[in-house]
Amino acid sequence: MSDKDITRIDVEDFLYEEAALLDEWRLDEWLELLTDDAIYQIPSTDAPDSDARNALFLIADDATRIKARVKRLNDTEAHAESPRSRTRRMIGNVRITGRNRTELEVSANFSVYRYRRNSPLRHFVGRYEYRLRVTEKGLRIAERRIILDPTELGTLGAISFIL
Amino acid sequence: MTESPFIIDQPEDMVFRLNRRTLADPEILTREQTAIFDKSWIYCGHESEVSKPGDFCTRTVCGRPVIFSRDSAGDVRVFLNACRHRAAMVCREPCGNTRRYNCFYHGWSYNQDGELVGVPGEESYPPGFDKANFSLAEPPRVDSYRGFWFISFNPDITNLKEYLAGATEYIDLVADQSPSGQMEVIQGTQEYDIRANWKLLVENSFDDYHLLTTHKTWLDYMKDSGVQVEPPKGQGLLLPSKGIGKGLGNGHAVIDNINFRGRPVARWISIYGEDAKEEIDEIRAELVERLGDERAARVADTNRNLVIFPNLVINDGSSVTIRTFWPVAADHMKVTAWALGTKEESERARARRLDSFLTFYGPGGFATPDDVEALEAVQAGLATWRETEWSEMTRGLNKEGEQLNTDEEHLRAFWREWNALMTADA
Ligand code: FES
Ligand SMILES: [Fe+2]
Repeated sequence: MSDKDITRIDVEDFLYEEAALLDEWRLDEWLELLTDDAIYQIPSTDAPDSDARNALFLIADDATRIKARVKRLNDTEAHAESPRSRTRRMIGNVRITGRNRTELEVSANFSVYRYRRNSPLRHFVGRYEYRLRVTEKGLRIAERRIILDPTELGTLGAISFIL
Repeated sequence: MTESPFIIDQPEDMVFRLNRRTLADPEILTREQTAIFDKSWIYCGHESEVSKPGDFCTRTVCGRPVIFSRDSAGDVRVFLNACRHRAAMVCREPCGNTRRYNCFYHGWSYNQDGELVGVPGEESYPPGFDKANFSLAEPPRVDSYRGFWFISFNPDITNLKEYLAGATEYIDLVADQSPSGQMEVIQGTQEYDIRANWKLLVENSFDDYHLLTTHKTWLDYMKDSGVQVEPPKGQGLLLPSKGIGKGLGNGHAVIDNINFRGRPVARWISIYGEDAKEEIDEIRAELVERLGDERAARVADTNRNLVIFPNLVINDGSSVTIRTFWPVAADHMKVTAWALGTKEESERARARRLDSFLTFYGPGGFATPDDVEALEAVQAGLATWRETEWSEMTRGLNKEGEQLNTDEEHLRAFWREWNALMTADA
């Protein structure tokens, strides 16, 4: 597949597939969607445009840490997610915002609903910024950055699942 | 019916019990606002957050909106963020730099020193109206220790240094990490909430008893990364090999451990990567040169979780964390956490420090979410406080002298002070 052939619809299909894997907690399969050098980041809500090397983030994982995160979440002793949250993600306003020979930049809005045990609904709203790499196996995630809209996490509690 | 006591503290009988009502009853929270928060020195901000004249950060302290700022003379000032006309907040930005605090409601404006300098249609006020009487109000007491600024709504409170008592030693151990003694708050604030009583986070912040069970997955992660997770044996240093827990006076308390999880200052672990070794050696060499062998080892090879009564935590471990928290309700708190670094550290050292912070701490860390879950599980269980009145807090009570970090002497120290303040007027 060459990157020129890739349309917004292809990207949407890919993101919907990813969302399904995450909502269904098929985390090992989700890992397959990542490149070997993937990063997963959530900046703090008061510094959304900052760099994890000089600002405190909520999450700033490299590929090794992402795998460790999944390993942790697969363990029933990750108490924050045992029993697991039920999540439902809505993805929209998908745009290809840049492309070069091997990668696409993609922006998408999200609304993630999370229910857990008896706690009230927690509703995460924001935007995904992806760097997707075009590989022989199809699109793969090289970077997944999440910009949260709330000015503070406030009543959202911990981000113990993959947002 | 007489109320049962908040704590039963009879060490001679090996009894220390905590009344669960203290963590669940909304009436207690109402009393805490005046008996605890309005009586104590409360952390407001760090000097580095307002480094230039006109810099400000707005925040809520003891339920009051305040402006933590630097005035035209370069001094740190705290103003109550309420217009002297009719009380509207005069500053609604989280942080920034300004020449004036403008109240948009009717247009009064204040300078960096809090003086009222502009009143639209001033001529309509009767004779005797004097702008000099309407400067922004300030909390009755404002004071700092090594860059940490506190305020108090208790005009009669003892001075800050005396209040901090034994905690100053532990703040010094943080500030001494910087060659110039200057630490700075790094940009990026973690703000999250926990559906639990605020005092449960006091306990949790230095409860080392829960590490093995609550943080099993974090320990696994450390092991997987090649970090030695067992405390080294027989390494006396200044502490018993497993660490100590102790009260520091006035309700402050600490756990003080031999480090085994790595410290950006200045103890290497495999997670930092081979190429970090050299720089960490250099950081350590600077410490030794400036502080001498023994003090350098104290700074670099121990980690310490410090609670400053009532609601400030400084965790000096895999990174330096400032954490404060406020009750929203008896069963709900909001938490704010910042990372603190030395002013002089290199870009690489800064990045390493931040990365190290996130492996454990914060709402997306490998440990904090499980603490949040633990506290929420406790709070849910506390709904039974009328049936099961007492929590047990006696670990180490039978020991003479030093107690371990996994004992509960430091928790008892907090609760004794809390109890003393809550029963002071009774
Ligand atoms: S309330 Fe500020 S000008 Fe009226
Ligand atoms: Fe913990």
